[in-house]
Amino acid sequence: MAARFGVLRFPGSCDEVDAKLAAEHVGEAELLAHTETDLKGCDVIIVPGGFSYGDYLRAGAIASNSPIMRAVTEFAGRGGLVLGICNGFQVLCEAGLLPGALLSNVGLRFVCRQARVEVLSKHTPFTADLEIGAQLSIPIKHTTGRYYASEDTLGKMRESGQIVLRYVDDDPNGSADRIAGVCNEEGNVFGLMPHPEHAVSLLAGPSADGLRLFRSAAASLLEKAGV
Amino acid sequence: MRARVLIRPREEILDPEGQTIERDLQTLGFTWAENVRAGRMIELDVPDSPDPEVLSAVCETLLANSLTEDFEAIDEHGNVLASSLVRTSAENNGNH
Repeated sequence: MAARFGVLRFPGSCDEVDAKLAAEHVGEAELLAHTETDLKGCDVIIVPGGFSYGDYLRAGAIASNSPIMRAVTEFAGRGGLVLGICNGFQVLCEAGLLPGALLSNVGLRFVCRQARVEVLSKHTPFTADLEIGAQLSIPIKHTTGRYYASEDTLGKMRESGQIVLRYVDDDPNGSADRIAGVCNEEGNVFGLMPHPEHAVSLLAGPSADGLRLFRSAAASLLEKAGV
Repeated sequence: MRARVLIRPREEILDPEGQTIERDLQTLGFTWAENVRAGRMIELDVPDSPDPEVLSAVCETLLANSLTEDFEAIDEHGNVLASSLVRTSAENNGNH
């Protein structure tokens, strides 16, 4: 049995092909159009990076109401694994599947570089196979990456292990607690600003650390299926 | 009728866009221009005498992100039709 990844494609998505190629390192993958209402039996849904609907109104706001997101919300409610990368993270926050919101970077600059992030929690299957304190080198490229949640919400998230990744060297966008990635209370929905799908091969960059997140999710699915 | 929805970053939210505009205004010599905050304005047709709850729902479900933004819908005379900040004039009138 191989894990089946479904990668959403909205008008304005631009990282869906890289996400599909990354997922194919650990399983099977296919693209799912924003107009679909069915997830075709996929085990993991990836909401990819890009500029869905031109980032009009707010990044991720329009996409969060698209037909396929209704299916994703229902899938997530049943415990299905959902990964949101960059714009996908924004979509999941706008859809209410993850706590908090993403705001313009402090300094308003588009940041585009390699970043080191540290694993703070194994509460989600996407990091369950990694060690707490492990550092990953993954590229970031965004303008709207300042993670915000109220102090109250952040306190609860800290207690329940929902703060999954933190930037190590600096805060590239002004995020609360240098947060780079968070999961929902149940752990099945995970969103991050860095792009693990761009860090899967040493031929194409300085690290293949991104692959570890995909591998961890695939391993947890196989374990669950008793394979 | 026509309505305007004004959307602002909530008070506690850092607004780098507003800060940048403020710095530029200072550079231009308008040194009295302080506490600049930048938001968005959306105009739309709404039914006459719109239900404030329906207008609020429009704002909460799409136009504004209630975690980070406040909204205020006003008519062409500036009367508040719905708001996340204050009670609407319709609600206030009901209490008189």
